[in-house]
Amino acid sequence: MGIVSPGFRRKRRDEDVELPPGQYLTEDFPVLSAGPTPNIPLDRWQFTISSEIGQEYRWTWDELLELPAEEPTVDIHCVTKWSKLGTTWRGVSLDLLMEDVETTADYALVHSYGGYTTNLPLEDLLDGKAWVVYEFEGSELAPQHGGPARLLVPHLYFWKSAKWVRGIQLQEFDEPGFWESVGYNNYGDPWREQRYAGD
Amino acid sequence: MTQDYQDGNALAGPLAELFAVDVTAASGRCVSCGHTGRVADLRVYAQAPGWVARCPGCEHVMLRLVRSPDAAWLDLQGTLSLRVPLPPS
Repeated sequence: MGIVSPGFRRKRRDEDVELPPGQYLTEDFPVLSAGPTPNIPLDRWQFTISSEIGQEYRWTWDELLELPAEEPTVDIHCVTKWSKLGTTWRGVSLDLLMEDVETTADYALVHSYGGYTTNLPLEDLLDGKAWVVYEFEGSELAPQHGGPARLLVPHLYFWKSAKWVRGIQLQEFDEPGFWESVGYNNYGDPWREQRYAGD
Repeated sequence: MTQDYQDGNALAGPLAELFAVDVTAASGRCVSCGHTGRVADLRVYAQAPGWVARCPGCEHVMLRLVRSPDAAWLDLQGTLSLRVPLPPS
């Protein structure tokens, strides 16, 4: 598993598409979940970024929707080996959400409604690489896919794109999340096939 | 809440790789709410990167199991104790 192997090519529409190693193409959208789908009333929904010194930056649902939105079209890669190409989302860039956050932290621990967590370096959330999204293909994000809002970090395996996102804790130390603490790779780069610890 | 789980019997196969006894026949105690019941009655979410078994009383995660090509990771920190029935010694 530790050997880096080149991606292989598949035809999609009229263009060549390169998939990460070990992945196959799917046109549907499989639902993976480690627990019950939480019911989150929008008038109680909040998203919070907490700095390493305890400072909190908080958005209500209405405040999130008032922020300038982006519509990224990205490929997504699940560690269970399916890849879905050209998915279009609508949401707010983490660059914008982090704009006023004062931090020197290097790591982020993402929390979800329902208790799920996932960790990643803070730099992987910045520079146009991550969003909090609330629409998928022009419709509101369905609960089974993480609605009302989920994290989208498409350059890493999709378990990092936490469904039902509730907040991000900025930390000076790296803390393994739900899957990272039980055998999955701490970083999860699909192009280096970092599925499991040690890959 | 949607019900997208199976019962704990879904763990029989993957746990048989690790244990000589049928762990689904054991009784487990939830570290969160104290609920005690058969592993077979846990709520297992298997449409995931691993198996996640939750307490039927409070939904707390009692067991996680991940199988890679060459190893298994088992987390039981949500299970306070397991009573495993055995033949008389």
